[in-house]
Amino acid sequence: MNKQITVTVNGTQHTLEVEPRLLLVHMIREVLSLTGTHIGCDTSSCGACTILLDGKSIKSCTVLAVQADGKSITTIEGVSAEGAMNPLQEGFHLNHALHCGFCTPGMIMRATELLEKNPNPTEEEIRWGIAGNLCRCTGYNNIVKAIQYAGAKMRGEALPSTEPEFV
Amino acid sequence: MIQCKTSKAISGMGHSMKRKEDARFVAGKGHYVDDIKLPGMLYMDIVRSPYAYAKIKNINIEEAMKVPGVVAVVTGRDLEKYNLHWMPTLMSDTQMVLPTDTVMYQAQEVAAVIATSKYAARDGREAVRVEYEKMKPVIDPYKAMDPSAPVLRTDKEGKKDNHIWNWKVGDKDKTDKIFESADVVVKEQMHIPRIHVASIETCGCVADYDKVNNHLTMYMTTQAPHAIRTVIALVAGHVGLTEEKVRVVSPDIGGGFGGKVPVYPGYVIAIAVSFLVGKPVKWIEDRSENLQADSFARDYHITAEMAGTKDGKILATRFKVLADHGYTDASANPSKFHTGLFSIATGSYDYDAAFMEADAVYTNKPPGGVAYRCSFRVTEAVHAIERITDRFAFEIGKDPAELRMQNFIKKEDFPWKSPTGWTYDSGDYHAGLQKAMDVVDYYGLRKEQAEKRKRGELMGIGISTFTEIVGAGPSKDFDILGIKMFDSAEIRVHPTGKAIARFGTKSQGQGHETTYAQIIAEELGIPAENIQIEEGDTDTAPYGLGTYASRSTPTAGAAAAIAARKLRDKARKIAAYLLEVSEDDLEWEPGKFFVKGAPEKTKSIQEIVFAAYTNHPQGMEAGFEATHYYDPPNLTFPSGAYICVVDIDKETGGINVRRFVAIDDCGNIINPMIVQGQVHGGLTQGIAPAMYEELIYDEEGNILNGTLMDYLVPTAVESPKWETGHTVTPSPHHPIGAKGVGESPTVGAPPAIANAIVDALSPYGITHLDIPITPFKVWKALKEKGAI
Repeated sequence: MNKQITVTVNGTQHTLEVEPRLLLVHMIREVLSLTGTHIGCDTSSCGACTILLDGKSIKSCTVLAVQADGKSITTIEGVSAEGAMNPLQEGFHLNHALHCGFCTPGMIMRATELLEKNPNPTEEEIRWGIAGNLCRCTGYNNIVKAIQYAGAKMRGEALPSTEPEFV
Repeated sequence: MIQCKTSKAISGMGHSMKRKEDARFVAGKGHYVDDIKLPGMLYMDIVRSPYAYAKIKNINIEEAMKVPGVVAVVTGRDLEKYNLHWMPTLMSDTQMVLPTDTVMYQAQEVAAVIATSKYAARDGREAVRVEYEKMKPVIDPYKAMDPSAPVLRTDKEGKKDNHIWNWKVGDKDKTDKIFESADVVVKEQMHIPRIHVASIETCGCVADYDKVNNHLTMYMTTQAPHAIRTVIALVAGHVGLTEEKVRVVSPDIGGGFGGKVPVYPGYVIAIAVSFLVGKPVKWIEDRSENLQADSFARDYHITAEMAGTKDGKILATRFKVLADHGYTDASANPSKFHTGLFSIATGSYDYDAAFMEADAVYTNKPPGGVAYRCSFRVTEAVHAIERITDRFAFEIGKDPAELRMQNFIKKEDFPWKSPTGWTYDSGDYHAGLQKAMDVVDYYGLRKEQAEKRKRGELMGIGISTFTEIVGAGPSKDFDILGIKMFDSAEIRVHPTGKAIARFGTKSQGQGHETTYAQIIAEELGIPAENIQIEEGDTDTAPYGLGTYASRSTPTAGAAAAIAARKLRDKARKIAAYLLEVSEDDLEWEPGKFFVKGAPEKTKSIQEIVFAAYTNHPQGMEAGFEATHYYDPPNLTFPSGAYICVVDIDKETGGINVRRFVAIDDCGNIINPMIVQGQVHGGLTQGIAPAMYEELIYDEEGNILNGTLMDYLVPTAVESPKWETGHTVTPSPHHPIGAKGVGESPTVGAPPAIANAIVDALSPYGITHLDIPITPFKVWKALKEKGAI
């Protein structure tokens, strides 16, 4: 028995008929065709599916679509205008904080909430803050730098160097 | 400081150019296999065996077929009708696609459910009833080698044991003789455990067979699309899928690390089903299936021995390996190399006697093994030599850095012939280690350690000075299923001076769209941002063997440089024609030819290319395109010097990696930012098996950590802050002097970490711990030695 839900995704309201068991990540990817949100595991361990639900970063593989009824969702597609980069996207690009790109949308969505709650985090706070998101390619050092860069940019401070420290 | 020959506007080699591919990935516009949705597409899910070894008594699909949306359930008996129930492995062994009688490992594919939606396919999977008759599995590889062990591969006629192959290399008599008379002989037994690449994107495909045109398009997560096309044609040619009827597309790949080289049964079943029903079929495995069934890496049991003099001269090494391949030898090695390039295990040291032997064995575990970000078994080799070198230093009471400096091959002795037959191209091992020691303040740390030891505190310093072997490989020795391991580049420059270049390799995050453009920019002076790179579509890209084992830069990178040089030769002819001078009167600087002594008389590359289409010399072929298939004359031998510093909590065994300095030498550097990024990632995949990761099986063959909740991929918290640097010793035979780097750190880091931990524990007589070295292992070892 399908259930009707109303969700606002990246600013657009959708009224959908969904199976009660439909995972939110499948609603986003399959029903709304927003494929920037990825699936990397089946145990809520990897964070590739991280989105914002009413501003809070959540793993959308662990939430049912019906639980999002009446709520507001932001996915990676909604963080900046097409062709533009917000401070986090720019930070990831300039600091080489992505290789294959598969974890990147989830990382950026997680970091969005992290910086909102803590606009000037220490390195340790960033590392613990993204501990629910796995990256297999980068070794995280540059992801930390990217989030620091975005923080500085959002605070309007001088931007840290994006040159590699490769002696 | 890396010298650049080109301006930042051109961004040839040596520039830390920001990546061209990033824009789509940070916007969520990457295009991965699971993002593909075709009209009428069906979804496939797979029933897997709960047992490691069992007879299939019956598969009942009745209830599954009643599930709304389920279209078909495919079993081994169905595939048998088309002779598609077995397939060859890359090592010329055989593997079931779907079983007809027996399952050989837990999580093996048993049947496939095809449905109109993902959810219906999963419902159907739950409704398939399989009746098994359990058998006693053989899990321990040493027990599998015992003559009394039951023979597992009863499908192989006349097979009387579980032994797969024996391999040996080196001079046994000479080596044994040195061992008999040497002052000092050390020996350790080590296990390099079974691990999994766990790329964040799992494996999957969309098989799209078009019945009208008898044409298959296979979108799949593969690191080697051309080789896959040929394999499909070899396996399915008899049902009409000949090679011109097959197009393999490898879209954006969410990490590979070797795990996306093999052909898994899921791919073959999807093709078979699409072929039979004439509709696209999507199969995306979930993470647990990926960890439990896809090819593992490592699983080498190694006995390592070193002979030397009392004052520290290494004289000889001996290595004996037992390789657990699981149910079938599904390694992803070049065909003639059963143990991959394990014979690099003589290391970075100057001695002339070594002997190595390996035996491979079948067990009731999933088949493999693949690389895990490592050139064909080099991690196993480097761990063995670097651990036993430290063991030797400990035995004679010599500082492990000084012992290494004493034994290194000298830079003037390259090219250097190793006792197992390799010719190392170049290296400066002394400079690398010296730089690492300076950066980390080695002697300051040793002083600190001595003081801490007096207080009973545990601090360790570990070194690894490794030699890698990458860029397979020269056609005389290297092939996969008979196809020589060259690689290719095709460059087309458009009339307005912008270019597209296509390659036989396939990036999975390495940044080829940027680095290949930089190589061409270096050679032609066309700005890298004006050069578009394409890979992964067998209909458009030139044939190549793909991306793995750090081979892209050594092979396809070389092909790019040579193809570009062919174009520069043509450009010179056109420039001479346009400037009305002889070719010999022209000089090149990146981006233009000019007349010697008259630098104002010049033609830019863009003007020359435009002329190639609008005003080319009579008798010359029009256009501006070149292709090159590069057959490397030798492999390349990157090296590195890594130093790890650990503090250990005596009461809990907790290990803190305080510092880790990595100095890499990958020859000439195309893009320092990307090289450093590769090193960061590789180091993290080095600490992973050193301290966290291992696939664990119980004696019934049940995997005990087959999900990401239990299999410990390091997070940002476990990953240290890496300190990276470089030395540059160009490869003398590579057109741009580059060597490859993606895997060096994965290879070099584990022994540096293990050596640091063992060094910390050495005052208590601990000489070896197998990786992954966990706090519990450390605590247990200290307890056993009475230290706590």
